[in-house]
Amino acid sequence: MAKEMLKGNVAIAEAAVRAGMEAYFGYPITPQTELLEHLSKRMVEEDRVFVQAESEVAAINMVYGAACTGKRVMTSSSSPGISLMQEGLSYIAGSYIPTVIVDVMRGGPGLGNILPSQGDYWQVTRMAGHGDYRPIVLAPASVQEAIDFTILAFDLAEKYRHIVVIAADGQIGQMMEPAELPVMRPPSTEVPHWALSGAKNRPPNVILSFNLNGADQEKVNIAIQERIALIKAKEQRWVEHYTEDADLLVVGYGTTGRIAFTAVETARENGLKVGLLRPQTLFPFPDDRISELTDNIKSCLVVEMNAGQMLDDVRLAVGGQVPVGYYGRMGGAVPMPEEILEAVEAEYAKLQGV
Amino acid sequence: MQEQFVFSGFGGQGVMFVGQLLAYAAMDNSFEVTWIPSYGPEMRGGTAHCTVVISDRPIGSPIVQNPKVAIAFNNPSFDKYVSVASELFVYNSSMVDSTCQRSDITALPVPATALADKLGSLKLANMVMLGALLTVHPVLSISAIRDALDIHIPSHHRNLLDLNYQALDVGMQHVMQVPLF
Repeated sequence: MAKEMLKGNVAIAEAAVRAGMEAYFGYPITPQTELLEHLSKRMVEEDRVFVQAESEVAAINMVYGAACTGKRVMTSSSSPGISLMQEGLSYIAGSYIPTVIVDVMRGGPGLGNILPSQGDYWQVTRMAGHGDYRPIVLAPASVQEAIDFTILAFDLAEKYRHIVVIAADGQIGQMMEPAELPVMRPPSTEVPHWALSGAKNRPPNVILSFNLNGADQEKVNIAIQERIALIKAKEQRWVEHYTEDADLLVVGYGTTGRIAFTAVETARENGLKVGLLRPQTLFPFPDDRISELTDNIKSCLVVEMNAGQMLDDVRLAVGGQVPVGYYGRMGGAVPMPEEILEAVEAEYAKLQGV
Repeated sequence: MQEQFVFSGFGGQGVMFVGQLLAYAAMDNSFEVTWIPSYGPEMRGGTAHCTVVISDRPIGSPIVQNPKVAIAFNNPSFDKYVSVASELFVYNSSMVDSTCQRSDITALPVPATALADKLGSLKLANMVMLGALLTVHPVLSISAIRDALDIHIPSHHRNLLDLNYQALDVGMQHVMQVPLF
């Protein structure tokens, strides 16, 4: 298929339709609204379910119910809306129901503003809902990745019966870039064995995130953790640039990952041995690769649009072997390549003992 | 090669569309390109802008501190971007009261609204500006823009295609007649 100029939000929405999403529930919020707007038209055209719920709390519970049928189901929102969904997400996690959640992050805390942010890193990678679970989190850095990760999100959600969050930011949502959409994949007619699909001629399935018996609940927890261990072993994704001889490793994801790429290229032109690792999965975090790279680098610099959240994960991966610096902006401010370059040069100067 | 453009003006002046058109033409001519709008408080009344980056290599940052080219359609945009442009500053002198005094960059005043008015529609000012801009700074040819317009103009505006072509030409001719300073 030919490339089209697509806005990130629209690209995610259309990719979900083409991935065979059969039901969408959501509530408008900037900077994600074009996603819902596109689906309000396309889902009707495809004779599928589109509901603008009365709130994000309602939307996530509709997602829970619809996803119990084994169909592909999604919701999308931006930061304050994702906060409202946490209780529902905890119930979904406790029931091992595959769902896809899109968070087009904006400035916070509170209503904050509508500008790009990565302030939800902890919320999406740890989950703020109660209990003990972690979703898979994909962080696109371009419109093309937003499309590819939407398809991947549905596949991973089904494969692991797990929540998958697409963690984009306002800039990815609003930006237009040439990108290629996949061909239309018709919704699957296969019904998963666990799904609530009518119990005629078989024992009924029960989906519940509730166990009064303590021992039974621990079995649920162990099953969830086994899945998470498998996800950690199999699904770490990232891209690297100039890492082969890097003394300083820059780590950034999504929008900051691509801005850091510009800064790293300029640093290389200036003769600095700087590399970039851009995590594509925030959970599972690519800590195996970062740990490997730590043997050869002298220092690390984390860049984010928050006060330093992925910073924790990088520190864990690096295990105290090299210093880990940080540069970030908050409240909807997007760092310019020049700012990141300055931070890179400052970090690099420390290595030279200047 | 990398080119950066900021288009800025009031809502309704076609600032977002003219940026998108440039982006479409860049894509159709096999360049890497990004288009990003302002969608913040300025979209809710006041001056809005979009940034277009065109490159022959993958684009890192879609926003830049000092775009090579800034295009201002009104007074607030003039004030905001006159000191920001690093190579070329194009402004709609029909709507802007000031004159660009910088000597380190090329300044190009275009009476775009007045020229558009002569064509019969003030809404064509954006195409006049683009025609003038690409004549001074030929990142893409006017014919590439014409092709992109033909492909991407919304169907309900298709009857305005010829007028848009004319507006591009008027912008181009204006620049060829006026010496730069």
